[in-house]
Amino acid sequence: MANPLQPLAKKDFDYAAAQHLLNRAGFGGTPAQVRALVELGLDDAVDYIVDFKGEAAGPTAAEFRGIMRGETPEERETLRRARAAGDEETIARLQGERQAREKSDREQLAEMQKWWLAKMISTGRPLEEKLTLFWHGHFATGYRTIENSYHMLAQNAFLRANAAGNFADLVRGIIRDPAMLKYLDNDENRRRSPNENLARELMELFTLGEGNDYTERDIKEGARALTGMTFRGDDFFFNQQEHDPTPKTILGRTGGFSGDEFVSIILEHPVCSRFIVSKLYKFFVNDAPVPPKDAGDAVTRLAKDFRAKRYEIRPILKTLFRSQHFYAKDNRLSVVKSPTQLMVQTIRSLGTPVREMSALAQAGDLMGQQLFQPPSVKGWDGGRAWINTATLFVRQNVVVYLVTGRRPAAFDWDPSELSYDVSPLVAHLRDSGGGVDPHEAVRALAAFALGGEPAPERLDELDRFLGSLGGTVTDDRVKAMLCLIGAMPEYQLC
Amino acid sequence: MPDNAFTRRLFLERSLTLASLAATVPCFIERSALGMLGNPLLSSQPGVPDQRILVIVQLGGGNDGLNTVVPYGSPDYYNARPQIGLRAPGAAAQNGQQAALDLANAQGIGLHPNLTGFKELYDGGLLTVVQGVGYPNPNRSHFTSMDIWQTGRLDAKGSGWIGRYFDNTCNGTPIPEGAVAIGRNAPLAMQGDIQKPIAFESPSLFRWLGEDLHRTMKDPYDAINRAGAVGGAAAGTQREFLMRTALDAQVASDKIRAAVAKQPLVQYPQSGLANQLKTVGAMIRAELPTRVYYASMGGFDTHGGQLGTHANLMRQLGDAVLAFQNDLKAQGNEGRVLTMVFSEFGRRVKQNASNGTDHGTAAPMFLVGPSLKAGVCGNHPSLTDLDQGDLKYGIDFRSVYTSILEDWMKAPAEAILRGKFAKPELIVAKAKA
Repeated sequence: MANPLQPLAKKDFDYAAAQHLLNRAGFGGTPAQVRALVELGLDDAVDYIVDFKGEAAGPTAAEFRGIMRGETPEERETLRRARAAGDEETIARLQGERQAREKSDREQLAEMQKWWLAKMISTGRPLEEKLTLFWHGHFATGYRTIENSYHMLAQNAFLRANAAGNFADLVRGIIRDPAMLKYLDNDENRRRSPNENLARELMELFTLGEGNDYTERDIKEGARALTGMTFRGDDFFFNQQEHDPTPKTILGRTGGFSGDEFVSIILEHPVCSRFIVSKLYKFFVNDAPVPPKDAGDAVTRLAKDFRAKRYEIRPILKTLFRSQHFYAKDNRLSVVKSPTQLMVQTIRSLGTPVREMSALAQAGDLMGQQLFQPPSVKGWDGGRAWINTATLFVRQNVVVYLVTGRRPAAFDWDPSELSYDVSPLVAHLRDSGGGVDPHEAVRALAAFALGGEPAPERLDELDRFLGSLGGTVTDDRVKAMLCLIGAMPEYQLC
Repeated sequence: MPDNAFTRRLFLERSLTLASLAATVPCFIERSALGMLGNPLLSSQPGVPDQRILVIVQLGGGNDGLNTVVPYGSPDYYNARPQIGLRAPGAAAQNGQQAALDLANAQGIGLHPNLTGFKELYDGGLLTVVQGVGYPNPNRSHFTSMDIWQTGRLDAKGSGWIGRYFDNTCNGTPIPEGAVAIGRNAPLAMQGDIQKPIAFESPSLFRWLGEDLHRTMKDPYDAINRAGAVGGAAAGTQREFLMRTALDAQVASDKIRAAVAKQPLVQYPQSGLANQLKTVGAMIRAELPTRVYYASMGGFDTHGGQLGTHANLMRQLGDAVLAFQNDLKAQGNEGRVLTMVFSEFGRRVKQNASNGTDHGTAAPMFLVGPSLKAGVCGNHPSLTDLDQGDLKYGIDFRSVYTSILEDWMKAPAEAILRGKFAKPELIVAKAKA
């Protein structure tokens, strides 16, 4: 059987292939950006994207600060005395101050959600953000449980710094990450009363996959290895007194293991690389319930490579993005766009105005993806789970909003009156007199916006629509067409 | 040409039925043929109507249970709440504040004076007050406690209890519009691994807004989205899945908007909750496949000057639920619907320094419907035997869920709640004419 990871023939890296790469390894791009990738050629295009050669443009996180903190010893003492004396006023004041901190922390999280979206929209290193989003869903941590936006921000920075680096570093770092330690209760994992939460998810969700060759006993013993790993303020803290140094038996090995040694034992297990590669495959290549025939072979080969390269992420991504398999017909338009992908790709490829970031954050929530707030430690299921009859309307309406300014949640119009210049999408279609052939316009717009030619009969309605208006292609009609194309079920795929 | 147009429309309508059936059939076949508990006779048991519906009303912010079901018989209540305690039934109105409505004189408990709607339902044998509902080691954070109630788990993690109800009864095939939340976001309670809820704030937004741009937009949109599975996509592919869902969305949107366009059979009051329940009532009347509806109202976090605020909330709650029940009765659907009202926690026994109350623990729940053992269930929690100033719960909320799941929804409660809980007798299978 032919190796599905064989590189694509250089001549086959055409416009459609480059667009496919840009959609999957990033959030799409303008026609000019796609053409630029074609000119680079397959090898350089993949290097450019995977080595993050672009500029990390976008807003900075400098304005965010730590708001949540525990009560100071003085506050605790005041509260104790007020309780003893039945001093309701002081109790109420301290409570009020705490509630005020919680409120501004929630407001800061809302700002962070907009900040990250803005970063995805403007970055020159789209794969960096896309991988950060992938790891956020993989090492899922939810703000609502930890109620500390600054810790979510620190985790986000950690995931970004290691996004295409080494998976082992990610695992070692995440068990030192205050947000994760809090989210999975490891701050309460003590020698005398071990808490299994982190140990369980570390094996089940982060490295091996549910029930993959480990037992409940491995979880219990692993939890003991993780005792004492907690945080103080914003920093990791190893509490020696709470750590259980006595012997444990994990995955058949016995020793007085620390948390780091527990991680090393897990990472040596052969199922780990396959579990992670399968998840990357679903994210980057195909998330249909029944994957194409040679998917298993591709995953096996990549997993072997991943393990041999000691969990270095970049090399396997390059192999994947250069492979024939990645560009095979079965793997085009076979991933359901996440809500974030849907919005960011619409903006980046169609060149629509960004409009109001808070409306986009809200739309993301309505479509089932609130950044920094995955629904559970399992992260987002992805694939078809994104789509139901209600989210589909929001998805169609958010495209209308981006193209026209008509807000998805109300009947008013975007007051900022941002104008949307569609000329880059149709400039190459103009004849010498500046006119555009309607038949050609329909095909070009649909192929570009959908990332591939739709079935011919699907375009008939668009032809009829344009024809009913007299057939002239004006800017407004291009926008109307984009609204309709954005409402095609096919638009949900990339 | 007319012939052609007719054929085309017929073809559309036919494909419409087929495609939307494709997704719903397996679950219903499973339910009626095998039964949810493996009992083949279950769905044809006399007196057990098919398609029972659960309506959940969530009171967000922590409803003050002690001023909802008022323990006027206890002097401790008035000692703890000198400014905000509600007077016993029969007492004269003072500063515009009415006395409580009598509920169970022997137990010394009454209802908030503005819960006249609940009083009417109670007198009509349609309301059950479940007293002192809570859970061990109560959490006083709004978010965490709400997540505990919605997941049905003390660690507040994982899927929602209603989501798991669907997952456990629908063998791998979600029901489109099986779980509907009226509101901006679908609650965690309805999130299953297989079944996902749908949520819309208003039926008028449950549609494509692009058609408002220009009159020419609707036709091509419809043609694109109603092509269904006949649009040439191979079965099982991502494209086929999306085209089928797009058609289902159009059908659901049509049905829901047609449903709410009808004048309801009774008049509803003007309030957020009443509007939500009006939509639910319209959808039930239109025979949508929805099994669980979720409505909610907020504003119950009454830390300061709570008398007036809470009185308004009680008025809205009682009147909305009464109108909804009357609507169901007028429709002839009363026997199919059970309504459950809950909040994430009650409030402290003692009022605070600003004539409000802080986050507390146990509180009453309300159930509404004709198949209930109407009346008061459980004892009012003691006002003196407290846990750090808070009421001790008498009935675990998961016990109430167990009762609803087993005796109303006929579903395996133990598997859904991942635990066995004592089941209070709340629902009686009355053969209603």
